[in-house]
Amino acid sequence: MKNKYSIFSLVKNAFSYHENWEKAWKDPEPKKEYEAIIIGGGGHGLATAYYLAKKHNIKNIAVVEKGWIGGGNTGRNTTIIRSNYLWDASAGLYDHALKIWEGLSQELNYNVMFSQRGVMNLAHNLQDVRDLKRRTHANRLNGIDAVYLNTEEVKKFCPIINTSPDIRYPVLGGTLQKRAGTARHDAVAWGYARGADEMGVDIIQNCEVKGIKRNGNNLEGIETTKGFIKTKKVGVVAAGHSSVIANMAGLRLPLESKPLQALVSEPVKPVIDTVVMSNAVHAYVSQSDKGELVIGAGTDDYVSYSQKGSHDIVEGTLNAILELYPIFSRMRMLRQWGGIVDICPDASPIISKTSIKGLYFNCGWGTGGFKATPGSGDLFAHTIANDEPHKLNAAFNLNRFVSGDLVDEHGAAAVAH
Amino acid sequence: MFIIHCPYCGEREQSEFKAGGEAHISRPKQPSELSDDQWAEYLFMRKNIKGVQYERWVHTHGCRKWFNIIRDTSNDQIQAVYKMGEKPPIK
Amino acid sequence: MTKNLRVKTSKFIDETYKVSFKFNGKTYYGFKGDTLASALLANDIHLVARSFKYHRPRGIMTAGSEEPNAIVQLHKNTSRTEPNVRATEIEIYDGLEASSQNCWPSVNFDIGGINNFLSPVLPAGFYYKTFMWPASFWEKYEYFIRKSAGLGKSPSTPDPDIYEHRYIHCDVLIIGAGISGVMAAKVAAKNGFKTLLIEEKNYLGGETIYQDSEHFKINNQTSGSWLDKEINEIKKIKNLEIKTRTSVAAFHGYNFLLARENLTDHLPIEQRNGKTRQRLLKIRAKKVITATGSLERPLIFDNNDRPGILLSSAINKYASLFGVACGEKNILFTNNDSAYETAANLFKKGISIEAIIDNREEIDSKLIKESEKNNIKIYKGYTIVDTYGYKRINKISIMQLSKDGQKVVGSKILIPCDCLGISGGWTPSVHLFTQSGGKLKFRDNDQVFIPNTYPSDQISIGSCNGDFTLDEILSNISKTLKEFLGINKTGYENLEVQTSFNKSKRNIWLLPSDKIVGKTKSFVDFQNDATAKDIKLALREGFRSIEHVKRYTTTGMGTDQGKLGNMHALGIISEISGSKMGELGTTTFRPPYTPLTFGTIVGRNVGEYFDVYRKTPMHDWHVKNKAKFENVGQWKRAWYYPKNNESMHDAVQRESKAARDSAGILDASTLGKIDIQGTDASEFLNRVYTNAWSKLDIGKCRYGLMLNEDGMVYDDGVTTRLNENHYIMTTTTGGAATVLGKLEDYLQTEWPELDVYLTSVTDHYATISVCGPKSKKIISQVIPNLDLSDDNFPHMSFKDTKINEIKCRVMRISFTGEQSYEINVQANYGKSVWEKCMKAGKEFNITPYGTETMHLLRAEKGFIIVGQDTDATMTPIDLQMNWIVSKKKYDFIGKRSLYRSDTMRDDRKQLVGLLTENPDEILEEGAQIVANFNKSPVEMLGHVTSSYYSPNLKKSIALGFVRGGKNMMGQKLIIPMENKKINVTVADPVFLDKENKRLNA
Repeated sequence: MKNKYSIFSLVKNAFSYHENWEKAWKDPEPKKEYEAIIIGGGGHGLATAYYLAKKHNIKNIAVVEKGWIGGGNTGRNTTIIRSNYLWDASAGLYDHALKIWEGLSQELNYNVMFSQRGVMNLAHNLQDVRDLKRRTHANRLNGIDAVYLNTEEVKKFCPIINTSPDIRYPVLGGTLQKRAGTARHDAVAWGYARGADEMGVDIIQNCEVKGIKRNGNNLEGIETTKGFIKTKKVGVVAAGHSSVIANMAGLRLPLESKPLQALVSEPVKPVIDTVVMSNAVHAYVSQSDKGELVIGAGTDDYVSYSQKGSHDIVEGTLNAILELYPIFSRMRMLRQWGGIVDICPDASPIISKTSIKGLYFNCGWGTGGFKATPGSGDLFAHTIANDEPHKLNAAFNLNRFVSGDLVDEHGAAAVAH
Repeated sequence: MFIIHCPYCGEREQSEFKAGGEAHISRPKQPSELSDDQWAEYLFMRKNIKGVQYERWVHTHGCRKWFNIIRDTSNDQIQAVYKMGEKPPIK
Repeated sequence: MTKNLRVKTSKFIDETYKVSFKFNGKTYYGFKGDTLASALLANDIHLVARSFKYHRPRGIMTAGSEEPNAIVQLHKNTSRTEPNVRATEIEIYDGLEASSQNCWPSVNFDIGGINNFLSPVLPAGFYYKTFMWPASFWEKYEYFIRKSAGLGKSPSTPDPDIYEHRYIHCDVLIIGAGISGVMAAKVAAKNGFKTLLIEEKNYLGGETIYQDSEHFKINNQTSGSWLDKEINEIKKIKNLEIKTRTSVAAFHGYNFLLARENLTDHLPIEQRNGKTRQRLLKIRAKKVITATGSLERPLIFDNNDRPGILLSSAINKYASLFGVACGEKNILFTNNDSAYETAANLFKKGISIEAIIDNREEIDSKLIKESEKNNIKIYKGYTIVDTYGYKRINKISIMQLSKDGQKVVGSKILIPCDCLGISGGWTPSVHLFTQSGGKLKFRDNDQVFIPNTYPSDQISIGSCNGDFTLDEILSNISKTLKEFLGINKTGYENLEVQTSFNKSKRNIWLLPSDKIVGKTKSFVDFQNDATAKDIKLALREGFRSIEHVKRYTTTGMGTDQGKLGNMHALGIISEISGSKMGELGTTTFRPPYTPLTFGTIVGRNVGEYFDVYRKTPMHDWHVKNKAKFENVGQWKRAWYYPKNNESMHDAVQRESKAARDSAGILDASTLGKIDIQGTDASEFLNRVYTNAWSKLDIGKCRYGLMLNEDGMVYDDGVTTRLNENHYIMTTTTGGAATVLGKLEDYLQTEWPELDVYLTSVTDHYATISVCGPKSKKIISQVIPNLDLSDDNFPHMSFKDTKINEIKCRVMRISFTGEQSYEINVQANYGKSVWEKCMKAGKEFNITPYGTETMHLLRAEKGFIIVGQDTDATMTPIDLQMNWIVSKKKYDFIGKRSLYRSDTMRDDRKQLVGLLTENPDEILEEGAQIVANFNKSPVEMLGHVTSSYYSPNLKKSIALGFVRGGKNMMGQKLIIPMENKKINVTVADPVFLDKENKRLNA
């Protein structure tokens, strides 16, 4: 590998004042034609290109990105990674991703800071308890590490949670997946970009797709702000903008793009060493390595591409945070932002072929796509390369909305963070 | 947060309303005659427009009336409001 | 001995009021009116903090909310502690205790300072390149990284303070009460607009109010004294509300703004109890005038971060406003005229200035001439190449700039000093403007971004709009306000303005050094220790976008959000990459403008106000009778009524048995009730329920199942026909609001031709359900004149009647399988009727039961609970409720979806009963069901949804879903628990009284 990263390379480069580091990825102009083009330079898109090149021996690949890589939901999410999903199909998909996460820094030679500090999901009413137990049993049988905790065990694992029985929605228990955790979001995009670039993938930024050209049911290429690019295979990984691209190809998708907000506090010394999620009162919190409390808010209910959401959502989220963590009352919000999440009716993603030959979509990740990044890329690459889904993403086809075989994750977690 | 001009109550805070998705998708009159594909089209497929969208809202914490809004989803600017059953005032 | 650097008195400081405070444990004194920063400077303290990454000693750099360095922890180890507070914003009070953060053992001697020496191997993004070996060690590395990161400490106890919200609707909101804001407020208010003026500081007048110089005059008075009169005038205007100590945090679309009003942070702790600490103002303004001013830019050169280095404007402010000298040997370093204003003011106060380093070669203005006249040595065309002194600057070295400004020439000159003021020109504060969705344009001649297009009814005025000089501000303001407010006259048309300020500026984003960049530490982001060489490294490694560089180097990501350095980062990127500044764009300015306390955002929505409690009319009775409660949605429902320390299990067994053996009573008031009227009411029910309704006789009740349009079970309940065109529908407790919403949606948007009206009457009625073999006897005592014979009042019918004078509706419906009467009365009679039933039932051992017993009783009968036994993936066919799905009806909500290829499959999961091999073994709800362990992972066939020990059947019973279960009656299956396997048999889900004999028993 060029310019391998390690403590030794850091020391070596220190002697030349870091003047000799190579580009992590080049910034090429598009070629006339590619074997495959990935639309969308977020984590999922870059991972797809990486695995297409690495595992499927397709080298002539471009990733086209409207803005800068990793600038969409990859760079805006709260980085929760877990695989304790209810349904077999989801568990298979997300645990596939989790297994890749576990060796990703080494594979990419880029420290994505995957931190297995555990993820707790809290129960606040009796139905929550049933649902979480159901999920824990399913997880165990699917080989996913997850345990059910009673209130005392919750308190022991995360002492700052207010487990008083007198609060409005007391903590009745919870689940813990210890292999779950967080990662450094930017590093995932950058690490995959560097890895893909090394294998010859062209990462083309500031290149907006303006049209999908097809001849009948066959794909011919894409129109972009940098001109027409010929190709027979296009994988679309455009998250909130998936419907916009689909529209160019004359397709409609079962998606709605909605605002999702998040916020961070000012950095403080370590105060919470795990990730705690609570669907019932809607509070998600972890603490970044920099020391900021990272808090996920909810989605608004209307379609928007403005990357802005309602203040009510932020207020509601912090209400819940202070209910569960009264000690944070004097902490201060440093920054809040919004992203656009593409939500499927069943809260599960689409990794699928379409009615147009050579056109593939990877979308519908809603509020919880970051955790799937490596698995999603791997399986989407497989689907594109073989024109057939891998068995792990077979259930996540577009046809399920026609046949009625949905993968409905609402039942287990109203929000699939 | 928007200010929405409810056609029945006037200008109110967005927090009084709920969004109901894309407008002008009529429920098929004879569902049993539709293919699974056609039914799925009605049930799930959405334009999800970036730009000017026709959409349904309801004044949940007010008159509880449903009505339509024309809104640019790229900047959230509301361009017009009209009652259910009325023709959109702008194209 | 600490020095006293207080110079001439200032009218802003009350020298008669001495304030004592502690910094790092030591007591100091300041005066009322001081900020912590000014008080520390008056005591000659510059070393206040350590930086984030390298733990370099840092001092006070600014005099405002843009401060990157001087951040402290207040009142540590108390419940009112607060991390990361800017010393420049804290108004001192008696008893204030502040301490340095991010240092150990002390700010003077900080072990973390070793990072400064390791810095060669800690370039931007070093952590992405290392800590990868061995793989399993990241968690250990991370432990130390986390410990060394973070700044202050989170509080560890709940907050004793209270917060609140206030909504404000105004015609005109003016943000910032500098000279522009004050003038705008006067004009708006005098013209009849309901006006709100908001100022971050505790005084009005901004930077102009202490401008007391012959060089800046309005109508022949000094600008400060002119403005002072204007301020006195506006304070008297009735329709103008002025809020000081109030900071606008966010400017959202539709002119919705959030501001934080600080009410008690400036008071001694003991005066704060019981008072609201901060108030969040939620402002809707018809028009917004942004007058947020501008921030002075630092200059970027090697070691530009030492304690004792301040913005030149801050030195001016400390001297003019607080009467404090920041040093005894001051040097100013500038690229524009602003520093000469500082020099003039310092000179006037007798504060010595050793030299002014000006990177411009040819300069000429009245201000500069005055400095020359005052014998201040001016080095023209020079730049600072380095500074010295670890904990306080003690000298600088300067060199001459080349003509193109790209390098330094000649020999080094060393100049001793104890304070350095730097001035790099001004950056308009466009944060709020861009938050609102405004787009900026870049003005090349002085290298600033200014507002270009406005997304709402708003305008920016004064220096945040790029008008930096007094004459520019005053000559533009009248015209702008006339247009914006639609008025003819402002009264400011003919102001006479004098200013000596010359606008020339030599903008060099990164000043050259005699060293290679790699050897320098020229800080761009002071708090996060991001230097010019870090930015260069990022660019070298292919990070091109400003957002990439920001994220890779962490520039602008500190608690100051890069208010000082972001422009320089952009400038350096532009210079290296050759892109034009205007084309690079800026990073997004995100709310809040300054950090906003969580408690303030939350206001009173804490503790018991977090969410409403919905309580039934009989709630107090349940409490008095020691009920345990369950949260169901927002409702508090009686869960069970333990007697004499009974366990829940024992209580539920007792309650369940009593209900079947004699009588039970349940508070069912929480069930949703929707009143349905209109000539098309029956047709409407036909369309929303799966079964048929037209033929339901008046006076009769029927159970209905409601689907989603995707065919999945959504809600259920009994609906009663009160009259030809009048029904009352009951819904699940949790589903009441959404069901009503959904019905209204269909009614108004799909079927507007139907004559149907819906009204929620959930809260209007109290519902008391009396069940069991003795229920008839009890009801006959409560309502003696009601004919309860099965002929007159059969199962699934209702009667309107009276209990004494109280009208009531009695329904004979049953969710337990027992004979059962449900009394509905106006809510406020609920408790008395309940008590009447209890009294009448006493001889029959009437037993109040809660939701848990209700769940058990209905499970014995195989009745489902939507939400417990269903999860939005079950069709009525899956529930083996084919009987309720009308084959005759042409259509109903969800019908078409039942006929999709995958919803019709026979091997879907279907509702079954489950009996354990060991009748005493109770299954866990949520447990999975398998047939065998042949596959890996194990194939799960379904799960247990409801499970109880039935005291009436004397065995464990359960409901669950099993793939293809309806054809598996009698088959043996396994429930695999963590530590054991439980054998079960698939059974009919109706465990008790399949023939429904008990209903009429």
